[in-house]
Amino acid sequence: MSSVQQPPLSPQPLAEQQLPREHYLNATYGIRSWLLTTDHKRIALLYLISVTFFFFVGGIFATLIRIHLLTPGGYLVTPETYNKLFTMHGVAMIFFFLIPSIPAVLGNFLIPIMIGAKDLAFPKINLLSWYIYLVGGAFVLYSFATGGLDTGWTFYTPLSSIYSNSAVTPAVIGIFINGFSSILTGLNFIITVHTMRAPGMTWFRLPLFVWANYATSIIFVLGTPVIAITLLLAGLERMFHMGFFNPVYGGDPILFQHLFWFYSHPAVYIMILPAMGVVSEIIPTFARKPIFGYDFIAASSIGIAVIGFIVWAHHMFVTGQATYAALAFSFLSYLVAIPSAVKVFNWTATLYKGSISFDTPMLYGLGFIGLFTIGGLTGLFLACLGLDIHLHDTYFVVAHFHYIMVGGAIMGYLGGIHFWWPKITGRLYPEYLARIAAITLFVGFNLTFFPQFILGYLGMPRRYHNYPPEYQVLNVMSTAGASILALGYLLPMIYLTWSMRYGKIAGKNPWPATGLEWTTDSPPLTENFHETPVVDWEPYDFLHRPELGLLGATSKKPAPAHGDD
Amino acid sequence: MHRTGELYGQFQTLDQQKESATLGMWVFLITEILFFGGVFMAYTINRHAYPTAFGVGGNMLDLALGFGNTVVLIASSFTMAMSVWSAQTSRKKAVPVWLVATLALGSVFLGIKVVEYKQKFDHHLIPGHGFDITYCSNNPSACGLSGKALEDEKKEIEEGIRAETDDPNTPEGLARGLIALNAHAQLYFSLYFGMTGLHALHMIIGAGLLLWLIFEGFKGRFDANYNTPVENIGLYWHFVDIVWIFLFPLLYLINRHLA
Repeated sequence: MSSVQQPPLSPQPLAEQQLPREHYLNATYGIRSWLLTTDHKRIALLYLISVTFFFFVGGIFATLIRIHLLTPGGYLVTPETYNKLFTMHGVAMIFFFLIPSIPAVLGNFLIPIMIGAKDLAFPKINLLSWYIYLVGGAFVLYSFATGGLDTGWTFYTPLSSIYSNSAVTPAVIGIFINGFSSILTGLNFIITVHTMRAPGMTWFRLPLFVWANYATSIIFVLGTPVIAITLLLAGLERMFHMGFFNPVYGGDPILFQHLFWFYSHPAVYIMILPAMGVVSEIIPTFARKPIFGYDFIAASSIGIAVIGFIVWAHHMFVTGQATYAALAFSFLSYLVAIPSAVKVFNWTATLYKGSISFDTPMLYGLGFIGLFTIGGLTGLFLACLGLDIHLHDTYFVVAHFHYIMVGGAIMGYLGGIHFWWPKITGRLYPEYLARIAAITLFVGFNLTFFPQFILGYLGMPRRYHNYPPEYQVLNVMSTAGASILALGYLLPMIYLTWSMRYGKIAGKNPWPATGLEWTTDSPPLTENFHETPVVDWEPYDFLHRPELGLLGATSKKPAPAHGDD
Repeated sequence: MHRTGELYGQFQTLDQQKESATLGMWVFLITEILFFGGVFMAYTINRHAYPTAFGVGGNMLDLALGFGNTVVLIASSFTMAMSVWSAQTSRKKAVPVWLVATLALGSVFLGIKVVEYKQKFDHHLIPGHGFDITYCSNNPSACGLSGKALEDEKKEIEEGIRAETDDPNTPEGLARGLIALNAHAQLYFSLYFGMTGLHALHMIIGAGLLLWLIFEGFKGRFDANYNTPVENIGLYWHFVDIVWIFLFPLLYLINRHLA
């Protein structure tokens, strides 16, 4: 019986472990060594700090929105301020947290290590992209501080280009600048994956996280220039009275929406694809099984990136675009469900008969699968042309995209942060506290956003500062959930920071997992590996990796992860 | 620091380094295509919507200057190609000479562009409250128009008004036609300045890159073993050139009424 067997000890007993003598964190000291670093791991940490800052900026706006909506009359802030709150919430969260979060933090840290390289192909450009992000962020904060922004994160013309009295110009400039940070990151990743792989690291041995980030980079490179030119044109229209989208001169505001969504729909996949990559790493590790259908998951990432570019006009079903165009976009939007479902089914099949353990990253991973499925399926409601006429611009849409972006992308981000935290810092976080936080987040999230599906179905429009009294119960539930959610975000902030100094030493491979990043020190050397690794195993293969210490003397079945019976 | 083809730390071989840089430049140029793609899309949609007004606008451009600039830019692409070839064949001294020629031609292009912009400014063709498509036909002396050219311009605007109005038979209808023509021609000039301005900005960035190349070229850094920067900046220069090859016919030649 497998339950009688002792799980084999990990190769190095925990008590005797120490951090490696030299690693990327103590290689050099001083503020210059951080601000002028070209080490992808340090740049990832710089990004971690800056995106966390913007997450809290956006979070403060979200808190104010939820408190305001506690009562039907909307007494906390004026309607104008309310417009600014939801706009600034969206801008901070989308452009400065969600889009860079996983690629720029985890992708930056992990991609070179996962493929066995010393760094990205262009380390200086990598640092440059962080500075570009900061400059863009400074412009946007300046806009927030000097009049705010009330156009909605979508910047629809002619409101943004002519009528709005808020500080649109610096915000548009900031997002324009920030776009180049995305472009350079994507370019860097693409080239790195093409040219920097270690011997034996073939395309179909790449971790699925790398595939997901490669697909994301394709969107960065092809989509971001379009939002850049679109916002540039809108900005020129505002600053110099040019007439690209202004109906007074015969310009077409719908053209702005087409160009805007040509980027901004794929941008949703920028947010979710890397999170899917994280989940594809977590699930096999904590199910102790090779991932089911590796090729299909890899291909579905590329599929989502490609299909993402041909569905944009489903955001515009009620703008008066041609009926047949709307029909075509409705059908095309359904196509996205295919690669998404491929992923969900393959993760589920990976879990089937696995030795599942519920460590913190796994809780986030499983939470992701459930929430993404709800978010994805409600997306099909909205892709349906007839139904969307009813649901358009209601809280149903708000709930849908928060299930994808918060339930999906942020769950994936936090799951990834927890999963690779031992690699990043060399230390473990307190496991039980982390599990409590993960469950708190899951409960708080659902309580916040599930009522919004019902609100939207009942007809409550988004972006209104007040609502009829009969909607109050559901709104109170949503606000209550948001308070729980906020607690769920604060907890990891506290214990992760604590663990950087006081956490238990993690060792090279605490879970253990199969990727190349787990074969090097935690934290790794500045050059990542002592010598260039040679890959001679297939991805997610536990059975032929005796050095992981998972195979018992008599059983061929890998033992479960530590901390579980 | 990186000197004469030294290997950067993150790479294993020089070939890998060169491959990365070249692939990087190609991917960057793809992003540039998408970047210009947005404004070309805006142009295409509006040209289709207002063909007459765009034709009127296009005829207000100076064909000679536009054509001259096209020749200058194609010549600069040739000199750029020569500098790449010189580097690849280790003609170290020729590299910076060809680069200087490229920079000179690029500067001539930008100079001519300034002359054109100034002319549009004088002719009240800058989008904004002062925009007036009829300024030159009403003030021919200010624009240096006379004889056949003035006749043509008046006829052009007349036709434009008739095409834009809903009722060509009443003075009110013609007045509405003039307002519409003025608005849509302003859209044309917004696109003209947007597109050529963006192109000129890329030229200016290219000129900055050339300056650096010239500086390094005079030190004799580029030869058959190491010429990636010349090659990649060359790619960028040719790309900017090709954008103009599209801009010139789109902005200057469609609906052109040659005198």
